[in-house]
Amino acid sequence: MQRIRIRYAKRGPLRFTSHRDFARAFERAVRRAGVPIAFSQGFTPHPKISYASAAPTGVASEAEYLEIGLQATADPVAVRASLDAALSPGLDVVEAVEARPGTSLADRIDASAWRIELPGVKPDTLGQAVAAFTAAGEVLVERLTKQGRRTFDTRGAVAAISVISESAAPSEVTGIPCAILDLVVRQVTPSVRPDDVLAGLRVVADLEPPVPPRATRLAQGTLTAQGAIVDPLEADRDETPIGER
Amino acid sequence: MSVPSVFPQLEQLLPRISKPIQYVGGELGAVVKDWDSATVRWALMYPDAYEVGLPNQGVQILYEVLNELPDVLAERTYAVWPDLERLMREHGVPQFTVDAHRPVGAFDLLGVSFATELGYTNLLTALDLAGIPLEARDRTTDHPVVVAGGHAAFNPEPIADFVDAAVLGDGEEAVLEITGIVRAWKAEGSPGGRDELLLRLARTESVYVPRFYDVDYLPDGRIQRVVPNRADVPFRVHKRTTMNLDEWPYPKRPLVPLAETVHERYAVEIFRGCTRGCRFCQAGMITRPVRERSITTVGQMVKEGLEFSGFSEVGLLSLSSADHSEIGDICSGLADQYQGTNVSLSLPSTRVDAFNITLAQELSRNGRRTGLTFAPEGGSERIRKVINKMVSEEDLIRTVVTAYSNGWRQVKLYFMCGLPTETDEDVLQIARLAHEVIRAGRAATGSKDIRCTVSIGGFVPKPHTPFQWASMCSPEVIDDRLRKLKAEINSDRSLGRAIGFRYHDGEPSLIEGLLSRGDRRVGAVIRRVWEEGGRFDGWSEHFSYQRWVDAAAAVLPGFGVDLDWYTTRERDETEVLPWDHLDSGLDKDWLWQDWQDSLSEYEQDDCRWTPCFDCGVCPAMDTEIQIGPTGRKLLPLTPVTSAR
Repeated sequence: MQRIRIRYAKRGPLRFTSHRDFARAFERAVRRAGVPIAFSQGFTPHPKISYASAAPTGVASEAEYLEIGLQATADPVAVRASLDAALSPGLDVVEAVEARPGTSLADRIDASAWRIELPGVKPDTLGQAVAAFTAAGEVLVERLTKQGRRTFDTRGAVAAISVISESAAPSEVTGIPCAILDLVVRQVTPSVRPDDVLAGLRVVADLEPPVPPRATRLAQGTLTAQGAIVDPLEADRDETPIGER
Repeated sequence: MSVPSVFPQLEQLLPRISKPIQYVGGELGAVVKDWDSATVRWALMYPDAYEVGLPNQGVQILYEVLNELPDVLAERTYAVWPDLERLMREHGVPQFTVDAHRPVGAFDLLGVSFATELGYTNLLTALDLAGIPLEARDRTTDHPVVVAGGHAAFNPEPIADFVDAAVLGDGEEAVLEITGIVRAWKAEGSPGGRDELLLRLARTESVYVPRFYDVDYLPDGRIQRVVPNRADVPFRVHKRTTMNLDEWPYPKRPLVPLAETVHERYAVEIFRGCTRGCRFCQAGMITRPVRERSITTVGQMVKEGLEFSGFSEVGLLSLSSADHSEIGDICSGLADQYQGTNVSLSLPSTRVDAFNITLAQELSRNGRRTGLTFAPEGGSERIRKVINKMVSEEDLIRTVVTAYSNGWRQVKLYFMCGLPTETDEDVLQIARLAHEVIRAGRAATGSKDIRCTVSIGGFVPKPHTPFQWASMCSPEVIDDRLRKLKAEINSDRSLGRAIGFRYHDGEPSLIEGLLSRGDRRVGAVIRRVWEEGGRFDGWSEHFSYQRWVDAAAAVLPGFGVDLDWYTTRERDETEVLPWDHLDSGLDKDWLWQDWQDSLSEYEQDDCRWTPCFDCGVCPAMDTEIQIGPTGRKLLPLTPVTSAR
């Protein structure tokens, strides 16, 4: 069975698509595009689609990943184009590569890079909040999870946090000045999401954005000792054989 | 003058509400057109939540028919949930369309499709959020013309104050005609303002404009007469009937939502209309005559609809799908074509006979077996004669046992409670029927692993049916009968264990009854309920019976009537009914005769297979029964190994 790994993006208004919504839309896109998807065995066969960790509803992403199994061999370039055409604009299939034997997608993802726009927040204010967050050994926040209300640390999972320099630029959305936060967060349990880090900034520095911030996942992959994130599809690409990395 | 999108403001609210995706649009099949190059602009509303409204066939069809015109723009809007409504009020965001997020108040027309009367309060929310005055008489040329459609529009009197117009019957041609009138009026520079436009619509004789009719009342509260208040509008307004469904193969580009909705399937209407003559069924009365879509058009629509949408389920819809003259060939043809593709086919099955099971088996060849539902509607033979549901107890048991013998473990039986002339005995008969079904099923299969679910709906008398004169049962009587029925089902523990029992209590039905047969005075009740917070009345978690009872008690005595007067009171032959000036084609004398036949338990045949019984529709509407067989088959057929 040929396996194809796909990077897709959730952009603009369609960032409000939940993971379940996306999964249904993707299955329909597979049918519309005529991709020769393989099915599981059994009385109610399911298409072979597996997802890496999905961004929360309302968070945009440039780097979501999934893997599909095919019953007939197909050209990944053509599969990408046909799936992208079959999905609504805003759910965009960015790249598709044939999976090589070896590690799974999940094994290659242990961290995410996020960018958060905070319209109406001054970069200096954000900078002070970030400094307080960084200085803290532990920043506890509360969230309602499936298991009920849970308190957990957000500081430990944050590998990098900074206010980026062009911060003073007005947000394209609201037109008001906007501070921008860059984050690298390790995958832990319970997961630490962008809004948990924002909750952490509220805890340490009373940071209260006047309008809802806008988060985007920029990358997922393996976090190196130097703080870079390695693209999980890199090892599958033809032009960069695994041995040479 | 261009109209800006409200999305930037809305977007700020979306992270704070549940299921934001339903307000975002971006569906496959959605159309966004340039505002300025359109001459006529429609906002189409289904007055319920997006998850219910999006799959609605009527809205999808009109949306597509209108958007196919180059100079016409149609967008959709749905009822917003209270969490978003609160934030929209707080932040001044108006009712918007999901396509381009334009404010509904900026459109020329707001068309609202009422499948049920319980959407009336949601209409008021939408008007209010849109900045459109609630009362039609307060609107100016700056406001959209609000047009009601759908089955509830056959008696729009309770919302007569809130709508500018109502259209009865099929919408495909009606929206085109209205569009033409608005286009011409705008091109002439909108002469005579809103009044002139409404007058032009009224003169078509198929658009009802309530403000041009006065209702006079008798001292006892009954209607004396409904008459035009100006010389140039017709005394009666007639329903529209779309003939030859093969010429209207919509939806061609079905809307495919990102959000989860109640139906995720490509639905094709295989025919419209029904002449089975069930006396409680408004749909069957007001959609006559039967007009079939041919097997070849159905096949073509399914093929193209699936290719376009990527849906994996097909629903073959109609009021009684097994009655299509070529249903056998449609089912086996589609089953052949989609064998081994994971496409599942479903036929809402309500007819009680073995043929239905043959069809269901054919459709489940792919391995996916959908549930079987049979609707005997009445528990005793006597009550089934009253409602004209011609099913004998023997037929019913044989049919259900056949289903069990063919591998179905579970069937659903649908009944009504509160029917005219009904006694406790008629309802208790449901339990005996269910017991017999399980007993016979166990005997036939030798297995204890079979079940049936008894599902009970409350009867609501509807306009343009033989039961339009009938009295409703009070909720107390209904609830008492349902309690007794439950006890009777469980009186045999072995059998009772295999029977599921689902029902709705009588209170929502009574309010639906008030709204169904109400007149213009009921509008004040609707408004008061809405002002007191009434929203989403079709949802049990939002519906408040007390709120309706209180509003009725506050408003109706001023008119010398009350809630009981509208619901539990039987009407006599000479009473002027609020909808008598609205012509569904049914001859009122025939309806009265059918009501009398019902009381004497006399049944009426189906005119597709027996001579015309003069219900009046075909001559009044200049229509005819359009049925096959065409003798054609679905091609190309996938080769099957066993030759037939």
